This record gives sequence, structure tokens and C-alpha cells, in this order.
Amino acid sequence: KRGTTGGWIKTSGFYVYDVFIFTMLKSKTFVKKTRAGGVMKIVREHYLRDDIWCGSEACRECKQESTVLQAEACIESNLCPYPHYVVPDTNVVLHQIDVLEDPVIRNVIILQTVLQEVRHRSAPVYKRLKDMIQAKEKLVYTFTNEHHRETYIEREQGESANDRNDRAIRVAVKWYSQHLKADGLKVVLLTDDQGNKEKAEESIDEYVKNLTANPELVDRLALSKDDKAEIISSKVLFPEHLPLSKIQSGIKSGTFLQGTFKASRDNYLEATVFVQGEGEESTEVLIQGLQNLNRAVHQDVVAVQLLPRNQWVLPSSVVLQDDGAAKDDDVDGDEEEKAVISAAEAAGKPTGKIVGIIKRNWRPFCGMLNVSQIKESTRHLFTPADRRIPRIRIETRQASTLVGQRIMVAIDGWPKNSRYPNGHFVRSLGSAGEKGTEEAVLLLEHDVPHQAFSQNVLSFLPKMPWGITPEDMIKRQDLRHLTVCSVDPPGCTDIDDALHCRELENGNLEVGVHIADVSHFIRPGNALDKEAANRGTTVYLCGKRIDMVPELLSSNLCSLRSNVERLAFSCIWEMNHNAEILKTQFTKSVINSKASLTYAEAQMRIDDTNKKDDITESLRGLNKLAKILKRKRIENGALTLSSLEVRFHIDSETHDPIDLQTKELMETNSMVEEFMLLANISVAQKIYDEFPDCALLRKHPAPPPSNYDILLKAAKSKNVEIHTDSAKALADSLDVAKVDGFSYFNTLLRILATRCMMQAVYFCSGMDSDFHHYGLASPIYTHFTSPIRRYADIIVHRLLAVAIGADITYPDLMDKHKQSALCNNLNYRHKMSQYAQRASVAFHTQLFFKSRGILNEEGFVLFVRKNAIIVLIPKFGLEGTVFFDSKDKAGPSLVFDEEGPTLKVEQTTFHIFDKVKVTISLDDSNIQHQKIRMALTEPVIPGVSVAAPDVEPQAKKPKVDR
Amino acid sequence: MAGLELLSDQGYRLDGRKATELRKVQARMGVFAQADGSAYLEQGNTKALAVVYGPHEIRGARSRALHDRAIINCQYSMATFSTAERKRRPHGDRKSTEMSLHLKQTFEAAVLTQLYPRSQIDIYVKILQSDGGNYSVCVNAATLAVIDAGIPMRDYVCACTVGFVDETSLADLCYAEESGGVSSLALSLLPRGGQIALVQMDARLHQDHLDTLIEAAMTACKGVSKVLDQVVRQHLQEGSTLRE
Repeated sequence: KRGTTGGWIKTSGFYVYDVFIFTMLKSKTFVKKTRAGGVMKIVREHYLRDDIWCGSEACRECKQESTVLQAEACIESNLCPYPHYVVPDTNVVLHQIDVLEDPVIRNVIILQTVLQEVRHRSAPVYKRLKDMIQAKEKLVYTFTNEHHRETYIEREQGESANDRNDRAIRVAVKWYSQHLKADGLKVVLLTDDQGNKEKAEESIDEYVKNLTANPELVDRLALSKDDKAEIISSKVLFPEHLPLSKIQSGIKSGTFLQGTFKASRDNYLEATVFVQGEGEESTEVLIQGLQNLNRAVHQDVVAVQLLPRNQWVLPSSVVLQDDGAAKDDDVDGDEEEKAVISAAEAAGKPTGKIVGIIKRNWRPFCGMLNVSQIKESTRHLFTPADRRIPRIRIETRQASTLVGQRIMVAIDGWPKNSRYPNGHFVRSLGSAGEKGTEEAVLLLEHDVPHQAFSQNVLSFLPKMPWGITPEDMIKRQDLRHLTVCSVDPPGCTDIDDALHCRELENGNLEVGVHIADVSHFIRPGNALDKEAANRGTTVYLCGKRIDMVPELLSSNLCSLRSNVERLAFSCIWEMNHNAEILKTQFTKSVINSKASLTYAEAQMRIDDTNKKDDITESLRGLNKLAKILKRKRIENGALTLSSLEVRFHIDSETHDPIDLQTKELMETNSMVEEFMLLANISVAQKIYDEFPDCALLRKHPAPPPSNYDILLKAAKSKNVEIHTDSAKALADSLDVAKVDGFSYFNTLLRILATRCMMQAVYFCSGMDSDFHHYGLASPIYTHFTSPIRRYADIIVHRLLAVAIGADITYPDLMDKHKQSALCNNLNYRHKMSQYAQRASVAFHTQLFFKSRGILNEEGFVLFVRKNAIIVLIPKFGLEGTVFFDSKDKAGPSLVFDEEGPTLKVEQTTFHIFDKVKVTISLDDSNIQHQKIRMALTEPVIPGVSVAAPDVEPQAKKPKVDR
Repeated sequence: MAGLELLSDQGYRLDGRKATELRKVQARMGVFAQADGSAYLEQGNTKALAVVYGPHEIRGARSRALHDRAIINCQYSMATFSTAERKRRPHGDRKSTEMSLHLKQTFEAAVLTQLYPRSQIDIYVKILQSDGGNYSVCVNAATLAVIDAGIPMRDYVCACTVGFVDETSLADLCYAEESGGVSSLALSLLPRGGQIALVQMDARLHQDHLDTLIEAAMTACKGVSKVLDQVVRQHLQEGSTLRE
């Protein structure tokens, strides 16, 4: 029964008409368990088709319009010297995606069976596979074999689903080789499965090992089963993990607890498992000893069994690092005992042991290679940069080249008779200590997505040359005639805001804030949108920017550069001269910025009384209003806090930092800021009025009173009283806090106050009732003004656009649960980007001090700890710790008084805000964890302080190290 | 665990159809001798039986009679064995009452009721096996039954469900697609004039997509009408050969 044009046939009294191309109808029947535990028979239709083509350029049989696979498919290989296509099976894709992604491997056929199995088994690999299929240069063709008439197979009696899929793959490969025989092409099935191999083709090991051009690919192979058998000793080191079914019933009955495994940073034999209880409460279970840890890795979801109460212990305070490089496979028996005994003094926290792993949370880890002492050995240990991750054993033939490089390694498995997990080399990031390498490491370790945008994502960019079309103008106001200008930091290419101010005929002022209309380019739900939502924010490192949206948008089409027409989302107020808002209007618009200025340029224009042009007048108007707005805001109780931000002057050629200075604030900075705040607040109110359930807002909770303890104590030591009852009280008392002859006191106090604050977070208005923004003293707030670099702003733009009827909604925008999940991701990305930023500053500071040698600087004590003081160097905005005790010898006598807090070292007492002098140098003894070391020079304490460096340069190793 | 992928990147749906392709339609008219008209129709795995009585005098309360046209009485029911879970479905539950009402409205728009004042036409439809698109299959089966009964209609009434996924309209949804979170729309059409007899949708959909979805539904309905037309012609041909 076949007909592509439609014909009809009579069969057994039925009239059948085919308007369809398929030729056969199969019914797929399978049984499914229902939620209630019953069994249900499900029948689904399954159409088999004749119009699924092979995708090969060489094929003359298929009537395909476009082809993916090349006729001359050549990968140089000893094993397969003929032109061929590669078909990986499911396990090869799941385990060897690192290899498959390499540009060398091209002309790949992915079968639908494989794609579905991968989708079912691993979401991350599935995503990578999809990206690979999208990439044009990889030449990957997806063959829908399950619906092809000749490659569909039915499951046989007694055949498992896996076996059926394996057979389906073999059948498809066979079909392909028959199909392409005439065209002189072969098809190679890559598999690691014994059964498949016997019946068919090549294993990926052999295949990759025989790729002549690329020896380094071999290392990326994940270990296959027989390899593993070789490595491991026969001695069983760990208890067996329980099967999932047992774990599940155990959790149900309460004998096991489920939680997230968090390894301890300081002690590799200790970890805690966070068990999320009912509602808010969560308990921590302590795990101690190698046996009890039972191969769990940081962040895994595990099942824990509690030990009897008499075996409960307290966390040990010993710092233990796994240094067993030489011993390799020996269990460090005594070490372990020691750790356990030292801790088993008093019955303490709930303690347990890991009985099974529910979900592995392995990702590729950054770190460095410890080369094996045996010269010819190909097995080496790898030490991750994150101390919470165990060492990983990998196999590589290029150990000598990898020494001193930062590399990435993925874990493949952890057999019960191996001391360390087994892994494989993924890629090298570059030599340790180099700028590019370290940047890559800190991005990876802070989980900042920084890969280049995939083809799929880029396909949603507007086609160049881009211009404003009449359709764009339908719902927009033409504001091109206005004197709009932008004010930004120097070197800024992603300009997302511009301003204007002009006098109206009625004597009032019209002020406009124009924000780049990113939501016009990023449409909800497409790959570009999903990528941006995942990235959440642009990350600014020193001298580098990791964009949230592709550069074409961030630096060109969305950037409100001067003298080009750009789409904008405008917020326009009518104000009187007292900066009272009379009317607010939101509109999509087209603007043509007349100038992009830096803060300094804008400031100069305002100050230069001779200038009378439109731009300057507009700036002056803005500046005047901003001052009033700021005054009002502060009267309302907004906090002005302080944190030292440093800017590096970076050498244009070597990209090394040559100088660093703290950021200077000008009037124009605060001018732009005031209007951004005003726009954000206006928009927040508007979207909340329109969508009370699903507005995306930002809140800053008031800190609990105990947070202020340190600030109060510190102020008290200088006889200054700080009130923390409300933000206003705090702001007022900070304003009057002054100590004669100590001009920096107020800034220090504000720095301390900043540390007391809570983190501001995004949230969905339908999920929360407290909207207050403590720091800004505003009842409602959101982010609207930087859609190029923050995803939250894009959502807010979409909400506002719907509210004013300029755009359409989509279901996810109105779903408060999805919105809330998005907020969680944005908050996480935001936090991580800040950490990454700080880490980048720290790294550049290290680079800076590396070139400077030892410096002697003046600083202030910021905190006092039991065995150390934390010193702030205002000149560099640098914070460091001066330790007074040391590991290997008796330190000076230390008396710590918590009330002060003060620390008495020998005869000298340290208070908060004390002025001290320290030497600063770079400690690079541990190449993975370089740090700034500070040592005291003044006040002089015999046996503790060191001499100033210019007097005695060899004081490089001060006695007071940690 | 990932849900079902309703439309693959290669453009194939769960059961191997492309977005605009219908399921296989098979039908047979005149399956019962006693009734005035009857038809059996399969659309993929959804199977329905429709039986028509009338036009005849009003049964029961005479006051229901309309002086200028016939009343149409529809009854929809599902067989206990029609779904994966065997379930007793009492008459007059809300779902089937609603469905009966929809059918009634559909056929009031299509049948030339003014030819039979003060009379009644009964249409009974039973779903024997359900796999999505119950309403449309019922309409298609009932159309054939009404034609079999020789009752004049303006045109065939053809119905089809369509769904919206990944900015694409899917024609003739099966059960897995209907339950997989697609916003679906059912439409019945008088194809020659392009008049819509009934549109029914209870999912959320942005109004901007509504036009494309209705467009897709109308195209699908026209596809169904071709099949029904062929079935009717074949049936008639067969009847006339038998008589000769």
C-alpha cells in the first residue's frame, strides 16, 4: 500500500485513502507503570516511511534536497584507510563525547535510537550532542532510523530494551553500508560493547588510537571496562554501594537519609551531608574516614546511614591534606586512624556512613598533574584545584608536556578496589600562572559559562546589514530628534543606557532614560534566549568580559552608540524643578544618541561655563535634578556604603597590570546612577501594578541585628555610637561618625557596615510578600536599565512591554513557579560572577605584586581574629591576613579578648582601626594556590615583626608565616 | 527525566508523521441495517461508530418541537473498553454531556433542518477506542452516517484537532501529544464554503498564534474532507453496481 500522490485501495470492505507518504503502519505496544502502581498497556501508532534519506552527498538513490555528509569522507586512520562515515553507539556518545566533539572527527551519523537513548540518560551529554549536530563544520547527520521502513525493527520475545536498541543500531549500520556500497563508501560503527563488536565493527579505542594525525586524542578516551580491570588491585578498599532500589526503600522507611555531599576543604577524610528535612529545616550528618566516605565526591547526592549514637563524633580540627602521591595505591591506614581517634573524644554531631550514591554530580575538574615517579609510567595522579575534590588517576602519554600546565580531567568511575577515582584527560588550559590559563580556571571553577556561542544560538541573531524597518516603527515613538547622550566608564562598548533632559513649553522639565531594547532581538524561548537565561549575567574580569549575549548584539546592535539609530525602551518623566514627578510614560522608541561621553568628559562639560550647546545644557539639567533626587533619597534613609574598588592599568601589549588605583567617583557617576534608580523604581511599580503575581523584582532584606555586632564593637572602641534600628538611623549615625585626626575612619566604618549587609536578590512577586529594598530605602525595586548584561532586565523589559501593549506575552512569563526558578538561577549566576570577579582581581593583584617584589605599605586593622589580624591597605584596596602563630614552632603568646575585640601579642595590643605597617609579597610556593602574604613591620614586636624590606631585602621569608 | 519530545529537530513527530500529516483514515458506511444511517470510522487508533435515526416525529415531550425546523438530538458515549484503563462511564457525565452538546451544535450548522419542521433527528456516536481527537473522529463518523441516512446537508462537516508546539502547528493529535502539554484546538469546517461550524479550545494560547493555528486546522479539515468524499463516492458506486 504505497502512494505518494494519493490513491485509494479497497481492503476487506474498508476504504482506505492515503494522503500520506508512509507505507506501513506498525502498532507499538508496551506496558507502563502508573503512578498509583497499576500496570497500563499503552498502544501507540508507529508510522514507517520511505522518504527518509541517507544524507550523503555521494548517494544517487535518495531524493534529498540537501546533504550533510561529504562524498570524500577522509579521516586519516590506519584502521580504516578507506573513506567512511562514523556511527557511534549510545555508550560511546555517553562516555566519549569529549573525543567526538573534536573537530578532527567529522562525517558522523547519529541514529535516532542513539539520540533518544542519550536524551533519556544524560541531559548534559544530550545538550552537547545537539550542539554538535548543529555545528555545520562537524558534518553530523541525524538519521531517523526508527521511522525508516527498512531499518525499523520490532522487539523480539525475551529481548531487553537495550538489546533491541543495540540491534536497531546494527541494522541501521548494515542498511547504510548496503546503501552506500555502490558509492564506494563504508560505514564504521564505533562501539565498546563486546556483543556489538563481535557482530560488527570497531571499538572506539582502536579507532581513535589509529587516527594517525591525532595522537593526543587518545588521552581523552574515557577508560573502558577492560582497561579498568587492569589498573585496580585485587584488594577491596571500599564497601559496595547499595543498588538504587534498596536505597529507595531505605529512604522510604527512614533507615537511610538522602542529602548532598559536601567534602571538607581542610580535611580530606571528613565531609558533611546536608539532609533537607521537611519544610525549611535541614540537618547535617558528619562523615569521617575513608571507608565511611565510600567514594562519594563533593556535590554528589548520596544516601547516608546514621551510625549508632555512641559512635557520634565531633568534627576534627586537624587540617589534613592528601599528600599520598608516592604511596599511590596504599591505603593510608595510620593517617586515617589518627584522624578518627582525635575526633572521637566527645559524643557530638550525628555521624553516619555513605551506603550508596543516588546521583553523581561530576563535572570536568581543573587542576594539575602530579607526574608519577616511575618514568615510563603512563598513569599519573591529578590534583584538582578545588581541595574538596579527591585526586584522580588518569592515563596519559604526554605527561612530560602536561607538567606545569593547568588541565581538565573528567572522572569516569571509582571502582571499589581503587584508592582514587579513575578519569581521563579532557584538555589543557595552558601553563599554570599564565594569565589566560588562570582566567580559564577561575571561570570554570566558578561555573561561569564562557564557551563561544554555539551555531544554534548564533542562528537567531539578526541578519546583517541590519536597519530599522517600517514594521519596527509601528509601535515605537520616534525620538531621534532629541538630544540624547550616554555617560559611561571609559572603554565601555556595551552602552545600555542614554539620557536626555529638556525644558518643556510649560516650564517643566522632561527627562528621559533610554535603555537598549534587547528584548526586541532576543525572542522568548529560542536558543539565544535560553543561552542568555542560563548565563544570567555578563561577567567582567580585569581586562576581559564574558558576554551574556553574542557580541553583535552587546557591542553593536543593542549598544546605544552615538550617531547611529538604535531601538530603545524609554522611560520619560515630566518633572518640575524640584524633581517631583508629574507624569511618567513608558514607550518603545527609536533614538539617535548625539554623544557617548565618559564620566570625566561629562563632568568637564558641566564644569566648563563657556559651553552652551544642547548636550551640555541637557547634562546640566540632569545633574541639577540628580542632586535633588539624591538628597531626597538620603533623607528617606538610603545608605551610602563604601567598598574599595580597584582599577588596574593594564599594559596594552603584555596585558599585565602596571598600576592599580582605587576607583574615583565623580558627580556624573552619581548623576547617571540617580536616574537609573529612578527608572528602576518607576518600572518596578508599573510591572507590579500590572502583574501582581509574576513581576520580577529585586529586594534587599534588612540584616538581622546580630550582623551589626562587629560594627558596633568597632565603633565603640573609638567612642562612636552607631544606631542600627533602621536604615535611616544607620545612615545618619554613619554621617556624623568622625574621629579627629583620623580622616579615613568614616570610610573604614562604611566598609565594615557593607560587610554587615545581606545579599540583594531577585524574586518573583507572586512568591514573596516582603519587597523592601533596605539599602535604597525603596518599597519596591527591580532591574531595568542593563538588559545587555543582565538577564533579569530582559524579563523586566518583556513584562513592561506587555504592560504597555508593545509586545506579546508567552506562558512562561506569566508562570510564577518558572519565574521563581529563573530567579534562583539568576541569583546563583550573579553570586558566582561576583566571586569570579573578586578572584580575578585577586589574581591581578598577585601579578602586580609579583613584578613589584616586596613592598612596605601602611594599612589599618579591619578585623581581629584569634590568631591573626586582617589588614586593609587603602592604597591598593587590598586585604590580607597577618598570622601570629605558625604550624611548626611555638608562636608568641596570644591573648584574645572577644569583647574588644582585641588581640594581645606579647606586649602589643591590636584594636580594630589601628594603623600598622606591613610588607607585602607574593607567596608562590604552591603554584595552584598563590597568595599575597603580609608580614608586620610596625609596630615592632620582637620575634614577630620583620624589618622593612629596603633595610634587609632577604626578609622575604618572614618568621611569622602561617 | 525528560518528557517526550513531541517534534524532533528533523521534523518528525512521536509516531513518525510530519507536522502537517494526518493519521491514516479508514471508514465504512452502512454498517447496520436497522438504523437509518450508520458509519464506522478509524483515524489512527481512535475508532468511532455513528448511527443516525430520523428524521422522525418528536419522541417524548411534544413541546420540544420547533415549528420551522427539525431538532437534532446527539448522544455521545465512550465504550468501557475504549481506553487503556477499563472504566465504567455512566451516561450523562459532564464530559460526554459537553461533547454531545458540541456535536449538536456542529450538526445544527450543517444539516438543512428547515426541510423537516416539527421533527427530530437522532445522532448516536460511540467511541470504541480512544487515542486522541475524540471530538473530530465523532464528527467525521457522524457526517458519513448522516449522509448514509440520506439527510441533506450543506456540505460535509469535517473536523480535526491541531496543536501548537515549538512555533509549529501539528495536525491531528494523537493521545500522547494531547496529553504532552500541547495547547490543542478542535475545529469543524464546512470545507467548500470554508465556513467554520465549531471551534473549541480550552488551553492557553497567545492570540497572535490563533490565526496560524486555525489556518492549519482548516487545511487539515480539507484533507479529511477529501477522504470522506472518496469514501462516499465509493460507497455509492458499490451500491449502484450491486443494484445493476
